[in-house]
This record gives sequence, structure tokens and C-alpha cells, in this order.
Amino acid sequence: MFNFLERNLPKIIIAPTTLAMIVCMYGFILWTGLLSLTKSRMMPQWEFVGLEQYIRLFQNPRWHVALDNLLIFIVLFIVISLIIGLLLAIFLDQKIRAEGAIRTVYLYPMAISFIVTGTAWKWILNPGLGIEKIFRDMGFANFEFRWLVEQDMAIYTIVIAAVWQSSGFVMAMFLAGLRGVDDNLVKAAKIDGASTAKSYWYVILPIMRPVFFSAIVILTHIAIKSFDLVQALTGGGPGYASDLPANFMYTFAFNRAQMGLGAASAIIMLFGVLAVLIPYLYSELRERPA
Amino acid sequence: MKQNMKMTSLAAAAFMASSTAFSAGEVEVLHWWTSGGEAASVNYLKDKLDGAGVSWSDFAVAGGGGENAMTVLKSRAISGNPPTAAQIKGPSIQEWGDLGFLADINGVAKDNNWDGLLPSVVSDVMKHNGNYVAAPVNVHRVNWLWSNPEVFRKSGATIPTTWDDFMVQAKKIQDAGYIALAHGGQDWQDATVFEAVVLGIGGPEYYQKAFVETDMDALNSDTTTAVFETFGKLRQFIDSNSPGRDWNVATSMVINGEAAMQIMGDWAKGEFKVAGKSVGTDYTCTAAPDTSGSFTFNVDSFAFFSQSDLGNQQAQKVMAKEILGSDFQEVFNLNKGSIPARLGMSRDKFDSCAHDSMDAFIASSQTGGLVPSFAHGMAVSSAVSGAIYDVATNFFNSDQSAAEGASQLVSAVKAAK
Repeated sequence: MFNFLERNLPKIIIAPTTLAMIVCMYGFILWTGLLSLTKSRMMPQWEFVGLEQYIRLFQNPRWHVALDNLLIFIVLFIVISLIIGLLLAIFLDQKIRAEGAIRTVYLYPMAISFIVTGTAWKWILNPGLGIEKIFRDMGFANFEFRWLVEQDMAIYTIVIAAVWQSSGFVMAMFLAGLRGVDDNLVKAAKIDGASTAKSYWYVILPIMRPVFFSAIVILTHIAIKSFDLVQALTGGGPGYASDLPANFMYTFAFNRAQMGLGAASAIIMLFGVLAVLIPYLYSELRERPA
Repeated sequence: MKQNMKMTSLAAAAFMASSTAFSAGEVEVLHWWTSGGEAASVNYLKDKLDGAGVSWSDFAVAGGGGENAMTVLKSRAISGNPPTAAQIKGPSIQEWGDLGFLADINGVAKDNNWDGLLPSVVSDVMKHNGNYVAAPVNVHRVNWLWSNPEVFRKSGATIPTTWDDFMVQAKKIQDAGYIALAHGGQDWQDATVFEAVVLGIGGPEYYQKAFVETDMDALNSDTTTAVFETFGKLRQFIDSNSPGRDWNVATSMVINGEAAMQIMGDWAKGEFKVAGKSVGTDYTCTAAPDTSGSFTFNVDSFAFFSQSDLGNQQAQKVMAKEILGSDFQEVFNLNKGSIPARLGMSRDKFDSCAHDSMDAFIASSQTGGLVPSFAHGMAVSSAVSGAIYDVATNFFNSDQSAAEGASQLVSAVKAAK
């Protein structure tokens, strides 16, 4: 009996989690996939209509706005967060004074929920309350910064707020990575005559490749599941100009009783994630057979 | 002595009421009336039912337009455990009825002569396959224009009664340095203004054909383009900070004299009241331009779900009866700013806006000017009204031409049907 426990305890402990994951992740993915093939409206309805919901989805102009926005958002959010996070980490790594305090300051936004971030930035970016008003009050009467209320620019305000929130976190990851770099390698590079910039570029950053990997995976999933930030910052507006697919899905599945259409959009989102992540995971993991 | 007798009989009545409470069952009521005046109104119903020996189990799910509440309701209904009654309105009642969840309360309706008390446009919404399944609590009029007379005086403008005149007066107000139209850039508010323009420019007949029956020929007509032309002209009269603004913030701009007008349903009256303003002097309510003979209605109601427990079935009937009782209708609507859903009630306690609303309600029901509000989920399914929202809000926030707006509306409605 004791032997049995000893041999199987790890499996027994992991079993509930595995079960929960199979049901709650893969089970519901399957369920959503099936729903997307039905004509479900307010309630699930098992009358299959093939790919009709997908056709309707791609005929909907609002869906195309959401997809374009997602593309803009993912690219800008990940690239800018990585650059800012990396630069902050490198600056902090120069053995400066009060590093602990500064690190905490940069990391703090991560402790706030996206709802709070969104609400705060909504006020900061509001032309009548925030930046524009401050500059105008200072005497720059023609100063304009009103992306929040412009249809073409609203999505960039979401990028700003998301970058503000996440780059500190990226910094922490890079900082940990930098601290893990073997000092001897840097010294060797210095002896060979590499400048600081060159030693970072050719020696340290390549070593930190796994950190880039983790950061990109984490940022990608933050970006794709972004919903609360949009809801709080712009409400998808002006009009529906700053909608992301998650907002689209919620609106259609829950507010507008078009469950089949909502499910179809969720499945497309899933494929979007897979299309980005699978090649990346494949290329990264292939090199480290472990 | 007489006093004493009264007390004794009261006590006896109370005792009897409390003893029947054991058998009379319980109502569980799903609603999203959680803000001040609304919560007070619901509490009044609760007390009413307590008096009739029915206990009330509150199932409030907060969140604006009730989206959260609907999500909860769906999961409860699917798991076979729906509440006794839920705040559902308009065509959604039919959707729930089609799914077979709703209880037939024809007995109560017949005993209390609901067919006689309710105007037929209202009672039609409450019936599924000819049977009453829901009870109305109020009637909101949506096509109101709220104005600040002070701002009008200062800008030398007069309150417009037609859309052509609106453009002239709004220009004057703007030139005088005020915001002409207070507006919040959220899709349902865009749709509320759009609805007023549709009704004003197209008239009730066109409104009924195009936005209630979603008749493609009516939607595909020049009238639709004309509607979008007027709607587009309004863009210049709102301030550029409007996107995302809540409706009550827009109302406060009218209250503070920053803005001259707002187009909003009669729930806006509550904001003026809370601010201590009095109707006629501090603010006025008039019909939205070109819609004085018409009335876009938004009726809140409770739909009743089938119950297996006999006691709860009984309690459900008591609740249905109380909702249409004149006491509840009066208290509830005084709090909410709307008018009672049933006819033939004393109107002494209501203010002049409500009186106007009542008169317009009765008059328009005879002329065909009484139409359901599509911006508030009374006219078409949520899929179609969502499509209209999308087109209206996208048009209003862009610089699309009227022709583009009209053609997008036609294709969006077609796709959503």
C-alpha cells in the first residue's frame, strides 16, 4: 500500500489539475468549435449550418476593424515593450545607486489591474481633462493631443497604456537574465576590445535568447486576451474603432445573442494565437532537445 | 375605542398574513435596478409582497444595461433552475418564450382585466402566442429634448421644434460659446439620437416599416439617405470630448449651463431632480424635433419563468398582480421618471413632463405615432438592433457620407436578420 502511494503520489496529486485542464481548456475549445458550426443565437442550439457563421463573420465590417486593430496592437505592444524593457534593464544593470527603489517604481504598474490602468489613462488622454488641457493652460493654445477621440488613432492609445503597464515587467525579466550572464564572458569580450554596446549586442543579448522567448510568449498572450483595457480606456470607441477581437466576441456572444457568431470569432482568435506561437515554439524548442 | 378596534383587526390581519407566508412561497427576482431611485422602487414592491405574505429573495446583478444579469439568467435557465421572475423586455420576451421557459399567467391577467388596463401595443409585447407571460412596470418615452432655457436666452435662440430649425438654433448657441448638443459617444446614445432623427425625418410610418418590420424596400429608400444627412449634420454640434462619456455626465452639462440641449429618454429627469432643478424654469422637456405627435416607447417588464413548486407558482401570481396594481405603478414611476404602463390612474402626483408624456402616449396610440424604441431593445431582435448600433455609431464618429451610411445600414440589417 505504502509502495503504491509512493510510486503514484505525484500522479495522484497532478491528476485533478490535469483533469481540470482537459475539461476546462480542451473540452471547452471543442465545445466552442462545435458551437461555431451551429445557428445558435441566445442559447446553444444544435442545428448545424456548416461554415455559415464564419462567412457572416468575415462579412462583418466590425470584425475586420477588430482584426486590423489586433495586428497593430500586437506588433507595436510587443516591440515597444521589449525595447523599453530591455533598455531599462540595461540602464539599471550599470550598477547605479538606489537600484532597488527605481526597479520597484518601474515594476509597480504591473501590480495594477488593466481596468485601473485604462481608467487612469482615459483621464490622462482625454483632451478636456488631461495632457491637452495642461499644455493649453500653460499657454500653448494650439497644442493638440486627442488620439483618444479620433477614430484612426484610438487604437494607439491602447498601445500606450499597455506598454506603460507591461514594460516594467519585461524589464524585470531582462534584469534577471542580465544578472544570470557569466561575468567572465563580458570580461573576455572587453579584453578582446569590444565596446560596451558591442559586448551587449554580440555577447550578452544572444545569451539572453530564452528570456526574449519567455517575454514574447507572455506578451503575446496578454495582447490577445486584452479586453478589460479596451473596455475601460475607450469602450471600443469612438464608434467601434478600437475594438479588439475579444471585445467583438463578448459583444456578439453575450450582448447581442449571436452565440454562433461569437464562437466563430473565438475560434479564429485561437487560430491566430496558434499561427503565431506554433512556429515560434517549434523553432525555439527544437534547438534544445531536453 | 374605535381606534382600538382598528388596531386589533390590523394585528389580526398581520398575524394572518404572516401565517400564510409559510404556504404562499417565495419569489426570486432577477433584476439590475441597483442604483438609488431604482433600488427604492424595487424595495417598495418587496414590501408590497411581504404584506401579501410572499417572501422576496433578491437576485440583483448590477451592470448597466443588464448584460451581466442576462448572462447569469442564461446559465440558471440552462441548468433548470430559473428565478421566479426576471427583468426582461421587448422582443427578448418572445425569444425566451420560444425556448419554452416562460409561465402562462393568463389567469391573473383575466381576473384583473389586463386587456382593459393595458394599451394593446404594450400588452402585445407581454404576450407569447397570445398568452400573458410578463408584466409591464413602466413606459419610458425616449424621444425627449432636454433644454436649459438660460443658455437659450443668453444665445438668443429658441427651442427648436423641427430639425431644420434645430440646425439654425444650434448654430446660434455655438456662436454664443456654448455646446449646442450634450452627447455621450457610446453606441446606445448614438443610437438614441439616431432614433430621434429617424422618427423626425422619416415619420412614424417609415419608422415602423424600416426599423420595426425591417422592410428592405423601406430601408433602401431615399428617406434613409435623408435621415443620415440630418444625423451627419449633428456631428458639428457636439463637443470633441464626447467619446465614451456617460449619459448622465452629458445631462449634467445641460444642468450646469455648459450645453444647451440633450436628446435622451425621460430617465434624464432624475438627474435634473437630484440636482435640485425644477421643470419649466431650470430645465424644459419638449419632444425631439419633428416628433411632437409621436412617442418612442421603452417598456420595462418582468417576465415569469415556469415553476415546479406549487407555493412558488402561487407567489408568482401574487407578484404579477401587485406589479400592475395602481399603488406600485405610481410609486415606481414617480421614482424612475417614467409613466405607468396601465391606463386609468390618478395623475396628480406626477410632474408636467410626465403629464405631457401621458397625453402623448394616449394621443399617439390613436394616430399610429406610438412606436417601439429600437435603440432600447423594444423593436427588433438584439442581433438586428446591434447591427443598427454599429452602423449608427460608426457613421456618427467618422466623416462618412449619408449615402455610405445608408448603404451600410441596409447590408448590416440584412446580414443580422
